[in-house]
Amino acid sequence: MLTQQTVSELENAAKHLRVEILKMLNIAQSGHTGGSLSSIDVLTALYFHKMRHDPGNPAWEDRDRFVLSKGHAAPALYACLAQAGYFPMEDLKTLRRLGSHLQGHPDMKKTPGVDVCTGSLGQGLSLANGLALAARVAGKSYRVYALMGDGEVQEGQIWEAAMAASHHRIDNLCAIVDCNGLQIDGEVKKVMNVDPLGPKFLAFGWHVLEVDGHDIQAITRALDEAETVKGQPTAILARTVKGKGVPFFEHKASYHGVPPSDDELSRALEHLGHA
Amino acid sequence: MSEMIATRDAYGKALVELGKEYKNIAVLDADLSGSTKTALFAKEFPERFFSAGIAEANMLGMAAGLAAGGMIPFASTFAVFAAGRAFEQIRQSVAYPRLNVKIVATHSGITVGEDGGSHQAIEDIAIMRALPNMTVLCPADGPETTAAIRAAVQFDGPVYVRLGRSKVPTVFTGGCDFAIGRAAQLRQGKDLCFVTTGLMSAQALEAAAILAEEGIDARVLHLGTIKPLDVNALLKAARETGAIVTAEEHSVLGGLGGAVCEVLAEGCPTPVERVGLRDVFGQSGNAEDLLVHYGLTPAHLVEAAERVLKRKRA
Repeated sequence: MLTQQTVSELENAAKHLRVEILKMLNIAQSGHTGGSLSSIDVLTALYFHKMRHDPGNPAWEDRDRFVLSKGHAAPALYACLAQAGYFPMEDLKTLRRLGSHLQGHPDMKKTPGVDVCTGSLGQGLSLANGLALAARVAGKSYRVYALMGDGEVQEGQIWEAAMAASHHRIDNLCAIVDCNGLQIDGEVKKVMNVDPLGPKFLAFGWHVLEVDGHDIQAITRALDEAETVKGQPTAILARTVKGKGVPFFEHKASYHGVPPSDDELSRALEHLGHA
Repeated sequence: MSEMIATRDAYGKALVELGKEYKNIAVLDADLSGSTKTALFAKEFPERFFSAGIAEANMLGMAAGLAAGGMIPFASTFAVFAAGRAFEQIRQSVAYPRLNVKIVATHSGITVGEDGGSHQAIEDIAIMRALPNMTVLCPADGPETTAAIRAAVQFDGPVYVRLGRSKVPTVFTGGCDFAIGRAAQLRQGKDLCFVTTGLMSAQALEAAAILAEEGIDARVLHLGTIKPLDVNALLKAARETGAIVTAEEHSVLGGLGGAVCEVLAEGCPTPVERVGLRDVFGQSGNAEDLLVHYGLTPAHLVEAAERVLKRKRA
């Protein structure tokens, strides 16, 4: 159970990170707004509370690993990595620009702190399986976290990976699904319904938790519980709002891959108290 | 008669030996370990063998994750599933990040036989060599396979190794001094050069013997590595013989033949005859019959040699 002070600190951190996400997307005039904002609270809880990692030593062999399977939320990841100190905050201004290490989708070869390359949906959970199994063979105790989108679970490979994670009893793996209910063509329910997601993961042999994906206390409690589960992986279904934090972006599929305009940015920053 | 060994058998045994030396080798298979021979490793090192089930995409992704976690993973299945079904996973999760994954694909080409066209990869060299950061190996026989697998372990980066189903003659009878990227001249010759890979190199040696009786002196240059191509050896062969016949158990589009034409057109324009599948899929049959049906025998190579010599003289 986190103290109220810790919760407030993390909430404030998330708010600040929202500002960084919006600014970098606006400068780049390219990138994914909605899904970055919906996942930032989960990422804050991971990078600034739960995960064992060392910005001064990105290659630390015993670090917890993070797989951003929904790779298009890269701005959220980059904001966290910069804030944590993996690279200068200044770099965020170069998102998606030719020559920048901050690629449109995470690139482990270019950006310090990025553990694997992602971007093509559906592949990250398999990577997470492999990373988690590598720990087992090497006798290491690091944990692996993978963040997917709810649209992303339409990809069959996710279910291959889910089957394998359970079969191989990969209990140092915790997957989080950012369930914001929207994808590019509209509501997930209407494009290709994935419900009921919880029962699906249960049927695949996973331990399943459901949380409000914007409630830091609930998120951290779930991450802690996942660590105690033995013999099976854990899936945390995080109910989120696409575009969360900026009222005129919230619940809109249209801001999936669209960055904020200058006017939208200034209105958003005003709302976030960073005008 | 040289010893007949299936390259997949050599692979299975090599993996076990290397597994003893390299504690960080891991092996994955997609329910074909009895056929790919990774079952030998699985028996010896069960804690480092991961069954992926009939799920090749996840298998390649897991291999990539294992590599990112410091292991040297070998992922095996039939070539049509490795290069085909899991192509995007190889592209995105292995080649793009240049992760140290070794994809050893067995049952390539038409000698898969009776299972038929759905199981006969005739396009895998073409698609694998189009990937940046990918090394493509296609050994001729048992000894070269053993050496190539060791070379793959010692090489840091993605490697695709193309193996076959059937027993093939041993070409490297005196042992194989293998190096990635280095062609092996199996026979000296000045009238034309067979540039071949996989089991077609043994076929080319037979064809060269037939041609010798006709007074034609054919060189045989075996490419155990398709990518990176041994450009120097190829250009030397083109300059010195003036006529090339490529041969592969693969489509004539985009594989060895395509690679050779790319290099020669720029470096030393030379008449080339490409022997392989003429842009068709395979079909069921036994391996011997299929090699005849698809024009992959020494007799067909001799005909191709005669064609290229006519063009050389023209």
